[in-house]
Amino acid sequence: MLKIHSYESMGTYDGPGLRLVVFLQGCRFRCLYCANPDTIPETGGILTDPEEILRMAMSQKPFFGKKGGVTFSGGEPTLQAEALLPLCKRLKEEGIHICLDTNGNNFNDHTKALYQYIDMALLDVKEINPERHRMLTSHSNEQTLMTAAWLEETGKPMRLRYVLVPGYSDFEEDLHAFGEHFQNYQYIDRVEILPYHTYGVHKYESLNEPYPLAGVNENSVEQVAKATEIFKLYFRNVWTQ
Amino acid sequence: MPEIKFKDGLWNQEINLRDFIQNNIIPYDGDASFLVGPTERTIHVWNICLEAIQEERANNGVRSIDAKTISTISSHKAGYIDKDAELIVGLQTDALLRRAIKPTGGINVVMKACKENGLEVDAKVVEIYKHYRKTHNEGVFDVYTEEIRRFRTLGYLTGLPDNYARGRVIGDYRRLALYGLDRLIEAKEIDMRTLGGPMSDGRIRLLEEVREQIKALHEMKILGEYYGLDISRPAYTAQEAVQWVYMAYLAAVKEQDGAAMSLGNVSSFLDIYISYDLNNGSIDEVFAQELIDQFVIKLRMVRHLRMASYNDIFAGDPTWVTESLGGCMNDGRHKVTKTSFRFLQTLYNLGSSPEPNMTVLWSQVLPEGFKEFCAKVSIDTSSIQYENDDLMRVFRKSDDYGIACCVSFQEIGKQIQFFGARTNLAKALLLALNEGRCENTGTLMVAGIPPLKSEVLDIKEVMTNYNLVLKQIARVYNEAINIIHFMHDKYNYEKSQMAFIDTNPSINLAYGAAGLSIAADSLSAIKYAKVKPRRNAQGLTEGFDIEGSFPCFGNDDDRVDLIAKDITHVFSDMLSELPVYKKATPTLSILTITSNVMYGTKTGATPDGRKKGFPFAPGANPMHGRDEKGAIASLNSVAKIDYEDAQDGVSNTFSIIPQSLGSNDEEKIENLVSMLDGYFSIGAHHLNVNVMNREMLEDAMENPENYQQLTVRVSGYAVHFVQLSKQHQLELISRSFHQKMH
Repeated sequence: MLKIHSYESMGTYDGPGLRLVVFLQGCRFRCLYCANPDTIPETGGILTDPEEILRMAMSQKPFFGKKGGVTFSGGEPTLQAEALLPLCKRLKEEGIHICLDTNGNNFNDHTKALYQYIDMALLDVKEINPERHRMLTSHSNEQTLMTAAWLEETGKPMRLRYVLVPGYSDFEEDLHAFGEHFQNYQYIDRVEILPYHTYGVHKYESLNEPYPLAGVNENSVEQVAKATEIFKLYFRNVWTQ
Repeated sequence: MPEIKFKDGLWNQEINLRDFIQNNIIPYDGDASFLVGPTERTIHVWNICLEAIQEERANNGVRSIDAKTISTISSHKAGYIDKDAELIVGLQTDALLRRAIKPTGGINVVMKACKENGLEVDAKVVEIYKHYRKTHNEGVFDVYTEEIRRFRTLGYLTGLPDNYARGRVIGDYRRLALYGLDRLIEAKEIDMRTLGGPMSDGRIRLLEEVREQIKALHEMKILGEYYGLDISRPAYTAQEAVQWVYMAYLAAVKEQDGAAMSLGNVSSFLDIYISYDLNNGSIDEVFAQELIDQFVIKLRMVRHLRMASYNDIFAGDPTWVTESLGGCMNDGRHKVTKTSFRFLQTLYNLGSSPEPNMTVLWSQVLPEGFKEFCAKVSIDTSSIQYENDDLMRVFRKSDDYGIACCVSFQEIGKQIQFFGARTNLAKALLLALNEGRCENTGTLMVAGIPPLKSEVLDIKEVMTNYNLVLKQIARVYNEAINIIHFMHDKYNYEKSQMAFIDTNPSINLAYGAAGLSIAADSLSAIKYAKVKPRRNAQGLTEGFDIEGSFPCFGNDDDRVDLIAKDITHVFSDMLSELPVYKKATPTLSILTITSNVMYGTKTGATPDGRKKGFPFAPGANPMHGRDEKGAIASLNSVAKIDYEDAQDGVSNTFSIIPQSLGSNDEEKIENLVSMLDGYFSIGAHHLNVNVMNREMLEDAMENPENYQQLTVRVSGYAVHFVQLSKQHQLELISRSFHQKMH
């Protein structure tokens, strides 16, 4: 059984084309800007038979077109890698394109096995600077960078996703360092800049928790343009929302 | 002027537009890059119209009324916007946006409409229709039973075309351009002579109808002469072809003010003439587009005189000049032409608009360039609806059809439709819980419905009662519809439209149903949760206590989706068994137009938790806010309703914020095309596509002056948002706007 938070049957931002996005419950990162704090606790979620997700995917398959498919997001989907594995096998048998939206921090035999069935990784590299990464997420980025290297080695297409938070992850030197670190990767499909947004604030209110980034403004157009410009020095395909 | 040399075929020997098109159409596989903007001349004409529209809005929605002249094909002399600048001429009356009276539908309706606008109908006209000439409305109410009146008044059967003209008939207006009046008259005269058999009611009626049609054709000659046009002969140029088609349509909207006066599928027919003139160098692309722009201006200026209460069922002063674009032929070729693009281009050249009601007949094999352009136009203007050509072409067995009104299939020139408004499935369900009595008034509507035995509603018990109720409603509904169409034929026959249709066409009877998602969710609640009715002193349900959760329609969940499918199937079957006037073929639509608001007002609280008076979702839409798994799951649910059970159409109105389609134009277009391909590949029938923000609609309510042309698809048609009542505006804003939630 899988612990599921929710679904978006018309996902257009989490991987190519139209996608069924399955949000899995549970995450060990504590990102300050997390827009889905309700997906964090590993104890919550609705226990769901993978067959049900397979059925949903099959039901939606006609909408996937040439590029779309299923995306496992969360939460952190790799925490449930073992249970996802047989489902992903089945999805592959049905010819469905699979994306995995992950922070890359969780790396073990189960995740390695899971990646065999994943067509594209959506890898969230929250910060290249280890200290700032720790501050933002409460974890080191060491494993994330190792996972990225391993994905590159195994020839797995990936999209790097970068949330641009004013004052937390928009330092120019870090953006350059990020570019330098990844510029020679062959399997990066594109780099996505996700401007910081405050859509998640109401969720903190309903969870009765303080919003960690209270007072931080959304990015200005100039800030996003600047980050895009820097990334374009290093990457062919830079995309922003 | 020389006649055009077309490729010959059957159409030379008989009136046969399909054959002409099959032989001469030039399908276009390219993209939209050839399109051009409007000319100065077009902008000039359109600006005059925009000013007139402003005046109309400032004047309570009516610019002026000719309350003296009974409108007929030739009643009004020529009218112009600016004669020298008009490439296509003809107005319904002698002045722009002046509405005409058509009392044969009902004199009281006309008098009321005039009075609401501060005018009295000319005394002579009133005298004629009060004393000498009976009307459709009078005929119907002379015969209506007590029972029908009860069902009508209390909101079980609503919007019936008994006090307005039924519409929904599409003349094959292309015929005038291809053949000219003389040839069409000759063909009808032959029909008169060859109609054989015993002199039965049917034959006498048909003979009289054909004679009426011939008279109408003769009268059109006079109309043509007013404008200096010799429409007795075929059109010889592209400009004439457009003009001739418009003259045929104009005759229809001068004589009739049916709810939906649709145009058919003229664009790819006109393309044959336009291509011919482009090829011989007599016109260029700028002129070709100008012809279509100016034609569309005329279509946008069509008006009918309506009572204020009409707005409850058909909000926003719609005319349903529905034009169907694209689709395929049985031989596998598609029917997209450059003129299909040119029609859509008018939404840029003249700005967005509800009319003509642009309807794309979507097939998986339409060329990508056209699909992408449609998606782009939808994203930019929210002015297009889509219907499944692969489904209709096969099920309805014709590849030369148009859409009447919103969703109704009609083989052009071979078939007509009897419009039947709709019944309220949700209110009907409450009869099953109240021993056949109206939940609001206690009036006994259906006798013999046993009281429920258990306090917590039991699905089996409820279903048994519901089936009994539906069967009786179907009977009453059928009786009403037969009366209406008998009388409409007798007192308000559409002679000018029928003149462009084969003698003795096949007929579809269009029944309708509203409140499907409410009925389905209510039954789901009863089946999967614990529902206890709260009853008032009379023992009538006034609310429901619901314990536990239940699946709602719109989440791709078979447990409830199949309930919706079954209700449709069962009700459709019940209707099919009943005898129909003129042996029409019964069909059913799941469509509300804008009456979902009014239906809601008339319906008490329902077992799904909906409160008394709360609007229904439109058409076959899931109830607002209950589709929690996103847009595709919602579409999947609606697609489960079987088109075979609802061959008059299953309407779905889809609203999405632009960002949810993707982050840039290319992605948005690609995703919308994938969505349409997906939806129609699984056998769904219809989709209205709105791409807009809730905030924008709210702003438009506050500052209507900034949104004069803002167009919103409602249920099978589109409206100018600022023209809607506040209640309708709020209902639209409350609908599910699909947006990304994470």
